[in-house]
Amino acid sequence: MGDVSEVKLFGTWSGSPSPTKRVEIALKLKGIPYEFIQEDLGNKSESLLQYNPVHKKVPVLVHNGKPIAESAIILEYIDEHWKYAPKLLPEDPYERAMVRFWANFIDEKLRSRALVMSEGEEKAKLIKEYIENICVLEEGIKRDFSGKSPFLNGESPGYLDLVLGSSACSHRAIEEIVGAKLIMPEIHPLFFAWVTAMKNHPVVKETLPPHEGLLNHVLKYKQRTLELLNTKA
Amino acid sequence: MRPHQSFERLAINIGDERLPKNNKRDRLMATDEVILIGFRGGPFSLIVEWALKLKGVEYEYLDEDLFNNNKSPMLLQYNPVHKKVPVLVHNGKPVAESLVIVEYIDETWKQYPLLPDDPYDRAVARFWAKYAEDKCKTAAFSVFATVGEAQENATKEAREILKTFEKGLRGKFFGGETIGFVDVVAGWIAYWIGVIEEITGINIVDKETMPLLSEWFQNFLDVEIVKERLPPRDKLLEKNKIFREQLVAAST
Repeated sequence: MGDVSEVKLFGTWSGSPSPTKRVEIALKLKGIPYEFIQEDLGNKSESLLQYNPVHKKVPVLVHNGKPIAESAIILEYIDEHWKYAPKLLPEDPYERAMVRFWANFIDEKLRSRALVMSEGEEKAKLIKEYIENICVLEEGIKRDFSGKSPFLNGESPGYLDLVLGSSACSHRAIEEIVGAKLIMPEIHPLFFAWVTAMKNHPVVKETLPPHEGLLNHVLKYKQRTLELLNTKA
Repeated sequence: MRPHQSFERLAINIGDERLPKNNKRDRLMATDEVILIGFRGGPFSLIVEWALKLKGVEYEYLDEDLFNNNKSPMLLQYNPVHKKVPVLVHNGKPVAESLVIVEYIDETWKQYPLLPDDPYDRAVARFWAKYAEDKCKTAAFSVFATVGEAQENATKEAREILKTFEKGLRGKFFGGETIGFVDVVAGWIAYWIGVIEEITGINIVDKETMPLLSEWFQNFLDVEIVKERLPPRDKLLEKNKIFREQLVAAST
């Protein structure tokens, strides 16, 4: 598109399935050229602090000098400014409401951090909860996205696929670390089919790190956090 | 299942903004059924009521008996995932979560737009709406639900969060000179901070540290549509005092 504009994306180290990935995939799907600025979260740049003074977090999209923070908000912005296909959100208000509702559910109920860090009884409880929440999501996909295939957005991944995708695609790494299956094709057939479609999408595949990279990243994160806790105790 | 009351007739915008508003053709006498399942003892149903009122949308309001934790079958049917209010049911189709509902309302009924036109301005509005939802809500509730040192810490944090929130003001309101998306979504703060302050005896927002936000409280509560829907303060105080006692007793 003849839109001469400058797009910068401030994000985390590319080895992690973070919210930054959601934005990267969206920009690539729309063919929007951007400059990626890698932030060291232990040593945040002046620019990041200037562009996101409230939260001081990544990702931040800076479009012609104007910053937008929060991955979900950035995705909506991308779809509203670069209006051409592929659309990231549906046109119909009710469908959009379903997309936003489930994006919130995912952000609230399908966080793997606590699960990865847990041990023993706590871990067993969190595993059970996580699987239950995947079941709720499976029901939701069946009820609210029945016409959409192979992605929740239809032919091409969209907002909800990206919100869910960046963490769902690392489920194998998480399963290996907690030592339990979380997503099972017998119990979650729709979700499982969706994960497969996401992992095989060329843009998603090239942007997300491979299984070994993900596994290492999650293991390293766990180790680092445990070290921090031990030094504090 | 509660019986629905009679359908309200509703003038709907047929999507062509060039047509004059009072054109008879516009008032296609289509019946549009809008139900709001809410709870007047808490703040969040107000968000949806204000959005509907600003747009002149007729709706039926059903109050849940949440002080007794008595959820209706209708609520459980329409929000099976979270079982929470508010829930908007439009022609039988449910939408849950206040921010999701307000965006749905804004996209469905085009009169009195809540979000601005420009994508960047919309992103900024969504940012502050999310901040109000994620941060202000938790902060206010923490002060309400705690005692002692925990409450002191919660109060300090709440003040910082609200001081930051003040930065989102674009003039008289978050929407500029007239109320917009963020005002509707966060306006409950203007009424409820006072309620929380009275029940807990703690000062959270004052004119010296947050002059602009204090002024916004006044300006927002002065808006006719806002005023009309506010539940009586004494009732709120009475019920929530008891609720707080229960919360505190449960945690100690």
